[in-house]
Amino acid sequence: MGYSGFRVIKEGLFGQKGWKPVWRDPEPKPEYDAVIIGGGGHGLSTAYYLAKEHGMTNIAVLEKGYIGGGNVGRNTTIVRANYFLPGNSEFYSHSLKLWETMEQDLNYNVMHSQRGLINLFHSDGQRDAFARRGNAMINQGDDAVLLDREGVREYLPYLDFDNVRFPIYGGLLHPRGGTARHDAVAWGYARGADQRGVDIIQNCEVTGIDIEGGKVKGVQTTRGVIRAKKVGIVVAGRSGQVAAMAGMRLPIESHVLQAFVTEGLKPVIDHVVSFGMGHFYISQSDKGGLVFGGDIDFYSSYAARGNLPMKEHVMDAAMTLMPMIGKAKVLRSWGGIMDMTPDGSPIIDKTDTEGLFIDCGWCYGGFKAVPGSGFSFAHLMATGNHHEPAAKFRLDRFRTGVGLMDEEGTGSQHNLH
Amino acid sequence: MRIDCPNCGERDRREFYYQGDAVVLNRPSEDAGAQAWDDYLHNRANPAGETRDLWFHEGGCRAWLVVERNTMTHAVHAATLAEKVKR
Amino acid sequence: MRLATPEKTVTFTFDGQRIKGVPGEPVSAALLAAGIKLVARSFKYHRPRGIMSAGSEEQNALVTVGRGTAQEPNVRATTLEVSEGLEVFSQNAWPSLKHDVMAVNDLVSPFLAAGFYYKTFMWPRSFWEKLYEPIIRRAAGLGALSGESNQDTYEKAFAFCDVLVIGAGPAGLMAALTAGRAGADVVLADEDTAMGGRLLREREDVDGKPAADWVVEALAELEAMPNVRLMTRTTVTGAYDQGTYGALGRIAGGRAAGKPLECFWRIVAKRAVLCAGALERPIAFPNNDRPGVMLASGVRAYVNRWGVAPGKAVAVFGNNDDAHRTARDLAAAGVKVAAVIDSRDDAKVEGDFPLYTGAEVIATKGRHALESITIKTGNGTRVIRCDCLAVSGGWNPTVHLTCHMNGRPTWDVGIASFVPTPESIPGMVTAGACNGAFSTAACLNEGAEVAAGVVADLGLAAEIKTPSADDAAYAIQPLWAVEGKGRKWIDFQNDVHVKDVRLAAQENFRSVEHMKRYTTQGMAPDQGKSSNVVALAVLADATGRGIPETGTTTFRPPYVPVSIAVMGAGSQGKGFAPERFTTSHSASVDRGAPMIEAGLWYRPSYFPKEGESHWRQSCDREVGYVREAVGICDVSTLGKIDIQGPDAAALLDFVYTNGFSTLKVGRVRYGLMLREDGHVMDDGTTARLGETHFVMTTTTAAAGLVMRHLEYVLQAIRPDLDAQVISVTEQWAQFAVAGPKSRELLNTVLDQPITDEDWPFMACGAVSVGGVAGRLFRISFSGEHAYEVAVPSRYGESLFRQLVAQAEVMGGGPYGMEALNVLRIEKGFITHAEIHGRTTAFDIGMERMVSAKKDCIGKAAAARPGLLGESRQQLVGLKSKGVDHALSAGAHLFDKGASHSRVNSKGYVTSVCYSPTIGTHLGLGFLENGRARHGEVIVLRDHLRNITEEVEVCDPVFFDQDGGRARG
Repeated sequence: MGYSGFRVIKEGLFGQKGWKPVWRDPEPKPEYDAVIIGGGGHGLSTAYYLAKEHGMTNIAVLEKGYIGGGNVGRNTTIVRANYFLPGNSEFYSHSLKLWETMEQDLNYNVMHSQRGLINLFHSDGQRDAFARRGNAMINQGDDAVLLDREGVREYLPYLDFDNVRFPIYGGLLHPRGGTARHDAVAWGYARGADQRGVDIIQNCEVTGIDIEGGKVKGVQTTRGVIRAKKVGIVVAGRSGQVAAMAGMRLPIESHVLQAFVTEGLKPVIDHVVSFGMGHFYISQSDKGGLVFGGDIDFYSSYAARGNLPMKEHVMDAAMTLMPMIGKAKVLRSWGGIMDMTPDGSPIIDKTDTEGLFIDCGWCYGGFKAVPGSGFSFAHLMATGNHHEPAAKFRLDRFRTGVGLMDEEGTGSQHNLH
Repeated sequence: MRIDCPNCGERDRREFYYQGDAVVLNRPSEDAGAQAWDDYLHNRANPAGETRDLWFHEGGCRAWLVVERNTMTHAVHAATLAEKVKR
Repeated sequence: MRLATPEKTVTFTFDGQRIKGVPGEPVSAALLAAGIKLVARSFKYHRPRGIMSAGSEEQNALVTVGRGTAQEPNVRATTLEVSEGLEVFSQNAWPSLKHDVMAVNDLVSPFLAAGFYYKTFMWPRSFWEKLYEPIIRRAAGLGALSGESNQDTYEKAFAFCDVLVIGAGPAGLMAALTAGRAGADVVLADEDTAMGGRLLREREDVDGKPAADWVVEALAELEAMPNVRLMTRTTVTGAYDQGTYGALGRIAGGRAAGKPLECFWRIVAKRAVLCAGALERPIAFPNNDRPGVMLASGVRAYVNRWGVAPGKAVAVFGNNDDAHRTARDLAAAGVKVAAVIDSRDDAKVEGDFPLYTGAEVIATKGRHALESITIKTGNGTRVIRCDCLAVSGGWNPTVHLTCHMNGRPTWDVGIASFVPTPESIPGMVTAGACNGAFSTAACLNEGAEVAAGVVADLGLAAEIKTPSADDAAYAIQPLWAVEGKGRKWIDFQNDVHVKDVRLAAQENFRSVEHMKRYTTQGMAPDQGKSSNVVALAVLADATGRGIPETGTTTFRPPYVPVSIAVMGAGSQGKGFAPERFTTSHSASVDRGAPMIEAGLWYRPSYFPKEGESHWRQSCDREVGYVREAVGICDVSTLGKIDIQGPDAAALLDFVYTNGFSTLKVGRVRYGLMLREDGHVMDDGTTARLGETHFVMTTTTAAAGLVMRHLEYVLQAIRPDLDAQVISVTEQWAQFAVAGPKSRELLNTVLDQPITDEDWPFMACGAVSVGGVAGRLFRISFSGEHAYEVAVPSRYGESLFRQLVAQAEVMGGGPYGMEALNVLRIEKGFITHAEIHGRTTAFDIGMERMVSAKKDCIGKAAAARPGLLGESRQQLVGLKSKGVDHALSAGAHLFDKGASHSRVNSKGYVTSVCYSPTIGTHLGLGFLENGRARHGEVIVLRDHLRNITEEVEVCDPVFFDQDGGRARG
């Protein structure tokens, strides 16, 4: 059933009776060609692209709770392609291109808004590092503009330019950066996958992975055994637990990241603003809430909730940078579980078990990667070959040191990325 | 979150720096091989439950602590001086 | 309408209209007293809305307070205290509250059902940012920020106690009394302006006297206890780990009294007793959102506590006995009760008013104020004229805080609502209405009993002594939604009605989380306090499941909205991070030096002289001081770590790649430090002052990191080493004295002159500076004959001024960060621009410094194949074609003729300067296989600044390659 303005009006006139389920709730079949463990953004987009790009429709997405209930439904919705290290650069560039056609492709409005992202810098050294980044973005074919202090003032006149602890020297503007309505991304991919025959199975927790003779045979679930020739693990913060079912130990530590939203306000922040010195980033949702976040809480956790010190630090950063938002009130804060890797970059790779694949390690930057990750992971699962833009996301790079992508330059301590 | 520092008593989380899994106490020898070093530097059990990790009372007595706690509940069971654990 | 004439009044304005209020009461009470029904517009459809409740759970009456920098949007009129001159404005309406253009949304609402925006606005693609989104953004939002920087003050504070009692209703008061009498250190926090909770709002007796009188006595007893702290206007907003609670304190009359407006408390409690009461829930019936439709408990609060009748003729609609109190209290206050409508067939109410049992309200009339309701009984329908309808759908225990650690509440069939699941928050117990115990007697008893248990846990003995009180049973027959024509609102703030929830179920958003996210129910400022249970019930019905099976969404902190300003108190402006000043700071400022941030420090950028109009002129001059005469630079910001002990040298051998046990006493050595992952952490010099005594220097940026690292190594990796480390960065002021005349200058301040023979390059030792015990190091970051002289910090400013004065006599002077940077680039010395966390010893050409004779931190990992070899980008020097060809840091490097794309990028530029010494622009950068490419000409491309330059690749040491000047 296609969505359109015409349909909206027609259904409005006839009491909304014609809308069909956005995805079905099928019973799991005993066997599929492939199963995806994890019904988050990455899992659903993987299923969608397996079906659409590779014609694999006899597949299932297994979700232990409700789809889109993990990080895709609890992030600060930022979409960008402003990485500078080879490996990341081409991947996020590809992912952003998919964002730009996603709504028409899925026939679902995810409210992708390319309102521009500005990363502020506060010293000559930071400016030079951002210049390197901006130039890498343009080398890649993406967009970047280096703004001086006055240039930033034109975009963001409400920042404290006069009394701030770390004066604003300028900013790197990424015009194609922006935001999207996070839940809608999960629902849109679910709908697209479902329409192509993918079974989306909620409330189905994987409890074991069946391996025989080095080959994957299927999975054990709370809804019975499901056989599959190929299994993809796409479970973000839970990657360690699921991989352990296959005897793997991953270079991942799970951490909690908090995010915040205020009450609805009339438009006041028109861009995405990122304040590196305070580790603070903010945008305003179409509903009017200021959506913002900071750094992870720093201790490993699966609790999906945070503590006061980081909350206060985030508010501290907000008040030094843009004291005009002081009287906005935080309505809700929440936490997600982040799969932090030792270089802050993700993993899309095969495993030592034939037919078992893994897509993880998105740290706290996974939302913008949803289309690219699904596309590349589907390619790997379907063809057995790495998709070029994601070819550097190898699991063995830590052991060999080849192709590390440490954008922050903080080294192999999981929580510092 | 609050941690009971063996030197200072119970203190707020904001006084502490977190490093990671206490596996880092068991540093391999120089020639232990790539896999041992990979496990030491990168690979983690990452338990959803009881864990032992390394904290630093940076805003206090500056003791490195091995903290036993739960990653699901954030319960903190014990904190021991790292140098005592090593000895 | 006021029931009695008040003794004292204040005047405030609402949309410019002058209104009288009684001190202490909320704005909502004064508005109702003035007969104002319409106070707000809803979020999506801009429907006219009035006042619904008398507490912080208010859904409708959100207003803006003040103008200009004081402007505060989305304030609940029900918790905003009246004060003289207060300016209150309606919001989300244009041009006026009565005539709101955006109310057109309500007319087209059939097309704006839940989630409609996911299905349209997709064509053409570019219209989203240009057309659709701007319109949606402008229509959405509630109040507005002024856009001006905050000018008010806010505070943060810590508090510690044995027992935190949250809520001071009957249960909370008894809990505090019981714990206080037992001698526990108690904090009693309540969000209201006065303590007493519902005892202030209800007409009933406690201990044989009016409840309010009993409250006065209880508070007097609590106030007299030194171990009890009473915190009114303080809402506990969140429960965190190990007994930490966040609380928002509003300071009474804050702004007028020149005090902070709010204080954010972090309360650490050994135990907590949650006595948060319960919130009444509405019933979803057609057009149940008209101004004048209120919660019954709110109506009673206005009548009983504030002496305000919310209407002239009030009807009451409920499904439980508690609703009948409303009719009784209204009648007792002399307000006309138009009807009591009870959905239960067998309901019995005594009183002189029309009673309809087995009846429901199926319609309401009145656009800006309620005029009449239509009820359906067993005998047909009937219209009842009334200007206020008090609704009670039952009570929801305030379980919110118990959910803050992911606890899920339990469905209680008896009260048709959720109650806390025990032990959801470690150390917290629940008592009273928030626990599902609704009678006053039950609340008093539970409060006392629970508190007694808590203090017993803490080793104290409590006596349970509870006063007598009303103990009526709570009888309810669930009624969630009434069928009928018109929208039946559930979430008033976000304009979500029954049909939206059903549509969500129809489209398979059947999980309660999906329903919430799809319809936005529960995501408005009240976070579903009133709407959640009703929405769940409607969803359960639509999906054919029970309510427990349907589950509930999670309540997350904060319980009430908390301003960013209060949680970020103290950080506005410079408060965000500490400021560190060198001892020469004021001397530098005196000379007009622009001070720039270097980490937390401030350092002089350059020292301008008269006639100089550009920083480059000053910089070039200062470079000349050092190259030709002598320059002075404060280097105290570099980290200084004192290392002592029998194993001090062994520690250095282990943390540096190169050996230090071979260093002679009285000598300094450059050291390279790796992270355990094999990348460069930091570099610096370390001086051996004695056999077992070293002083390490770190970079400014990494001082804290290196200090922590040394303590980590000593305690967690090598506790076998007998060595002690301590930071002495703050204790020593240290100045570089650099240039051919540096020794000559030093000899004017040192008590014993030095010679080249006594103090060769890399010598160190004790000196006496004007009678002060100091240290001297013959080290150089400029490549010149140079020293660093250190004195205890208290002598720093004096020494700096003296050194500068002497330098000026010799044709030199002070130099700043800009000149420092030029000097070090000319010499190819690296900073964190080069060792940015991704470079290895190999990359910077120092792999030979990794000693083969010993293990060190990072050695094993640095041997990984990926960290070595030709494919690595290696440090190189870059020389421009001449003075007119400036280079730029952050540019990428390409082979000549290659297109400027990612795959062709062979490296990048980290540092650039104009070198007055060499007379051209220089750069440092990293280039693939760069050491093998010295002499080649390549292309530097900076897209951002549109610079393309050919540069010659060379050795990174541009000047004095054999180092003769430093040694000479």
